[in-house]
Amino acid sequence: MDSQLYNYWLVILLMMTGLYALIARGNLIRKIIGLNIFQVSVFMLYISAGFIREGAAPILSPNVDVYSNPLPHVLILTAIVVSVATTALGLALVIRIKAAFGSIDDDTLSYSSGDSATELSIKTQKSSQ
Amino acid sequence: MSDDIILRIVGKFLIPLVVVFALYVQFHGEYGPGGGFQAGVILGAALILYRLLFGDAAARKAVSPRWLRLQAAVGVLLYGGTGVAGILLQGQFLEYNVLLTDPINGQHLGIILIELGVLLTVSATITALAYTFSADSEEHLSDPQVDASSQSDQLRS
Amino acid sequence: MIAQHAQILVVILPLLCAPLVLLLGKSRIAVWFTVGVLSVNALLTWWLLLQVLTIGTLRYSLGNWPAPWGIEYRLDPLGALLQVMIASIAAVMAPFLRKLLAEEIGSSRQYAALVAFILLTAGLLGIVATGDAFNVFVFLEISSLSTYALIAIADKRDALLASFRYLIVGTIGATFFLIGIGLVYILTGTLNMDDLAVRLPEVSHTNTTQIALIFVTIGIAIKAAIWPLHAWLIPCYSYAPRGIVAFLAALSTKVALYALARFLFGVFPLADMPIGSVLLEILQLLAIAAMLIGSAAAIAHSNVRAVLAYSSVAQIGYITLGLALATSAGVTAAIIHMFNHAFIKGSLFMCIAILATGSGKHTLESLKGLGHRMPIVGIALLIGGFSLVGVPLTSGFISKWFLITALVQAEKWIWIVAVLLSSVMSIIYVWKIVEAVFDKSDDKQVRSYDLSVDIPIVLLAAVSLYIGINSSALVSTAEQASKWLLGMP
Repeated sequence: MDSQLYNYWLVILLMMTGLYALIARGNLIRKIIGLNIFQVSVFMLYISAGFIREGAAPILSPNVDVYSNPLPHVLILTAIVVSVATTALGLALVIRIKAAFGSIDDDTLSYSSGDSATELSIKTQKSSQ
Repeated sequence: MSDDIILRIVGKFLIPLVVVFALYVQFHGEYGPGGGFQAGVILGAALILYRLLFGDAAARKAVSPRWLRLQAAVGVLLYGGTGVAGILLQGQFLEYNVLLTDPINGQHLGIILIELGVLLTVSATITALAYTFSADSEEHLSDPQVDASSQSDQLRS
Repeated sequence: MIAQHAQILVVILPLLCAPLVLLLGKSRIAVWFTVGVLSVNALLTWWLLLQVLTIGTLRYSLGNWPAPWGIEYRLDPLGALLQVMIASIAAVMAPFLRKLLAEEIGSSRQYAALVAFILLTAGLLGIVATGDAFNVFVFLEISSLSTYALIAIADKRDALLASFRYLIVGTIGATFFLIGIGLVYILTGTLNMDDLAVRLPEVSHTNTTQIALIFVTIGIAIKAAIWPLHAWLIPCYSYAPRGIVAFLAALSTKVALYALARFLFGVFPLADMPIGSVLLEILQLLAIAAMLIGSAAAIAHSNVRAVLAYSSVAQIGYITLGLALATSAGVTAAIIHMFNHAFIKGSLFMCIAILATGSGKHTLESLKGLGHRMPIVGIALLIGGFSLVGVPLTSGFISKWFLITALVQAEKWIWIVAVLLSSVMSIIYVWKIVEAVFDKSDDKQVRSYDLSVDIPIVLLAAVSLYIGINSSALVSTAEQASKWLLGMP
């Protein structure tokens, strides 16, 4: 194992933390937080990959020869905007789910029966014949 | 919280500074670290701070949701319009060189217009989000979601 | 001048139309403005398709920065065909969106729905138009965010939950895709898809490339609802506003499948990669499972929208199977079915949307006998249903014919049995719907409805029929597209 690649281990740690929070928690807000941690880990992957050893910040200067790669930062700026939009939309949905269901715990939320698509309704099929 | 006189006084002192800092980040962004997105978020933060200190009604009076929607749309149009101007001046989409007779000046003008568009949209969207989540009435809930997504294409330049 | 820039205009026209519609707000001009823009857009895509077929791949550098440094838009025969499909369906549906949504969405939110609809169209067109891997991610998210908003916009309980769960799963998918792109960027230092195709073979044996391929495939497979990653699709198609579902079912999964094809064949050097053939085998197995399980689930359900949603899962299986064969014939079949299925499912969901207007219910029971009351919708439903089964003289027959030919060529005999079995199962669920809709025993009151909403249905069904009768243009385009995609001269 190359000890110089520790940034990837940190990214993986962060990624797993986010995914765990996403899967293990029923609370919708916590799910969004988990999603954010997961996304941030990917941002870190990009940004740390843009770093060049001995490289200066990518601002043109006569005294510097080696610059870090600025492109990953620009890409991630876009990804952050996407992430902000996703989070905002997710939170807006949570507010409405709370209003509609009275709960934000994923385990207690389920689709209403009746016109339901998730239940197998072989019974109704028989009765329609 | 809004009754606290210390917070109000400090806020009145701070908010203009935050706005000036946002403009600094905006105009510094052409050469150094900074740019429309960062500036937009800082400007949005100033408006949100104002809302926190002086209440929802005062904030809505200062910057109405209707105005924010207009501002967000105009920002996207400014960005896209700069791109289309490149086409109209016999260049490619988003080509800044053709905007003015001197390509270098054209580059300056192009990036300033683009960043201005980003500033308008981002600050409006961030503020609109804050309004949305704090609003008791639900009538404004769906609006910012829509333009939040339009903004994500803005920062690839 | 327009000729030179048509390629970029196709994406930026709807992208700029969205904020203008936001400014116009609730006025009626907004709708007509949108219809105008989308119609011009559809004409542009037709013109571009003809261009691509005569002079080959078109390239456009944004800001005049040459590729691979700048962002490049690249239009190949497959992309041009899909753009025609997206832009045409969007232009046909846009004028009627308001009427279709009137019952479910209050007038105060109508314009927001329109804005999201335009952004969705722009996002889908963008995914197809771009030649830059990161740009694919951006457009994927523009279209996904508009989709989440559109699903939830009616503010119904179930739709909110469906939208939220889709948001979580969809974002995981997009982020997986982003990880894959990041890994290949770290390896090669480029994001231009054609440039990646040149540079990836040098590193095709490294573990990083294999992992990047897996991340990209899983990420897109979630968006494309490839079994077993289809779970988000069923509630979304069952609970979203009816008019919206018609558009989503027609286009969004197809565009994701296009992205999958692009990355599998146009970016990653599958043949040189250790896991390349394994991945294709797995995709074939998943496709077979999707066809059989999707059809079986469609038979078991009594909610018409759930039936059609599961049928979509099965049909996506056909497309995936064609792609995963990775032969010229297989990819041709996949492309033909991508195109046909968009029109079939679009028209079927539109039919259901109109039949269910008024009652708001989508069970077989609630649709009983409506086919007699609304004959145009009923006939379109029949055409769509027959296409889904693959009855000769409908477009579905052409798709299945080419798929089975491809399987014969690849000597996958067992999978031919699976395809036929799935087709037999589709007869059962289509029959179920047709039987209910044309049930004579039921005595429902004739409900008056606006006949103009039949126009898009008639148009979509006509495309199905026309392709069933004369498919030569589509087939030759698809053959050219698959040749290009597989890198054959």
